[in-house]
Amino acid sequence: MITIENLHKSFGSNAVLRGANLHVPKGESMVVIGGSGTGKSVLIKSVLGLIQQDSGSITVDGKDVNKGDRDAFLARFGMLFQGAALFDSLPVWQNVAFRLLRGSLKKPKDEARAIAIEKLRRVGLTEDVADRLPAELSGGMQKRVGLARAIAAEPEIIFFDEPTTGLDPIMSGVINDLIREIVTEMGATAITITHDMTSVRAIADKVAMLHAGKIRWSGPVGDMDASNDPYVDQFIHGRAEGPIEAVR
Amino acid sequence: MIAAVSSFLASLGAAFLGVLASVGRLGVFTGQTISHLVRPPFYGREFAHALLQIGFFSLPVVGLTALFTGGALALQIYAGSARFSAEAVVPQIVAIGMVRELGPVLVGLMIAARVTSSIAAEIATMKVTEQIDALVTLSTHPMKYLTLPRVLAATLVMPLLVGVGDIVGIYGGYLVGTGRLGFNAAAYLQNTADFLEPLDVISSLAKGAVFGFIAALMGCYYGMNSERGAMGVGRATKSSVVAAAILILAANFLLTEAFFSA
Repeated sequence: MITIENLHKSFGSNAVLRGANLHVPKGESMVVIGGSGTGKSVLIKSVLGLIQQDSGSITVDGKDVNKGDRDAFLARFGMLFQGAALFDSLPVWQNVAFRLLRGSLKKPKDEARAIAIEKLRRVGLTEDVADRLPAELSGGMQKRVGLARAIAAEPEIIFFDEPTTGLDPIMSGVINDLIREIVTEMGATAITITHDMTSVRAIADKVAMLHAGKIRWSGPVGDMDASNDPYVDQFIHGRAEGPIEAVR
Repeated sequence: MIAAVSSFLASLGAAFLGVLASVGRLGVFTGQTISHLVRPPFYGREFAHALLQIGFFSLPVVGLTALFTGGALALQIYAGSARFSAEAVVPQIVAIGMVRELGPVLVGLMIAARVTSSIAAEIATMKVTEQIDALVTLSTHPMKYLTLPRVLAATLVMPLLVGVGDIVGIYGGYLVGTGRLGFNAAAYLQNTADFLEPLDVISSLAKGAVFGFIAALMGCYYGMNSERGAMGVGRATKSSVVAAAILILAANFLLTEAFFSA
């Protein structure tokens, strides 16, 4: 479904992606792991067109992501941002129903609100948060609202950027379980970016490790511990010693 | 010696190219903003919200600025004209000074301080917290949703604010003139009304529209191009206000030249 081939992206003299290749079949949950600053976010932002690649190709269902109707293309996606990226000036329900209140997916206000409240319930939040502002919520609640927004329009493809960063282990577990359940029940194709190995094991069907601008290893999550790749091994066990330099 | 001159010229050239690049980027941004005016969708709610924020909530600061400036202007003109026994011109000079120059310029600068800074800080914060990226992923063009409503609202509402500033400024002069300087109230108002011409008012309102456009555009431009972190937001806010103030003063000169050069 999503195919990334020989993707290159530099920022000034810093070559972040140096020929990354990745294929994510329809309905699969792919988790991309890798150290900080290795270009994981750049990878998914390139798919969405938030960052323009220098070279290489990105296709979704065989179509170049940089060509064709942009609105129709983006309507297929949902994304949970690292910091939730909720709109401060809008109440929670309008954040969740943002896409349903405008554009090609516009619905009557009452219907959009009802869908927002249903999605909030789906992520474990009650109706009373619907009229609160994002700043009034805890970090974990904001992440859940971000998740509700990502799934509000029932997208085919969902990206999760560091979904558990900054959350306590219990809330991380809640978010991981929610992501797994939602991806399974919606049949969505998902790419998750994380360094959290608990998340990897909870969310992934397949894992890809990004290192030095390339996909170093990829395979089913069950094969990860026996990958025999020293980079993967060092990363998943969190060792300071190994081929990945601790100071980057 | 040659190396030093060469190095100086190179740095001069680099600075000049940097200025040209900035002007080019701003030109493209301005063109993109205007182009969205004729390309749907339009976000009416955002536009109404911007009208309220930029127009209605600026009234107190605009009114107070104009009131005190009008009063001080009356005192200054009275003191200055007394040197050649021409105290009677106070109403006329206050009126023409407020309407042609001080009203639009001071309202423009106050809006640059209040609105430009607010727009730049808000959009820059949205950028560093990935809210702008979130807008894109939700099929919403940030220029249409954030920039156009603010720029349009400021352009349309600023003439009204300048009109209010002109009237309140003249009223400030009137209060000082009649309460402190001994002018007859009816005569003061009559002199003011007789002396002002339609072109004075038209130029004032036109300046307001241009200054509003500049103030909102600079806020949006620096906000959208903010660097990361708190320092980036602070720098964007500062730069937006400085640029808006300078451009407003430069535009004021050009518009005055266009309206009133013989």
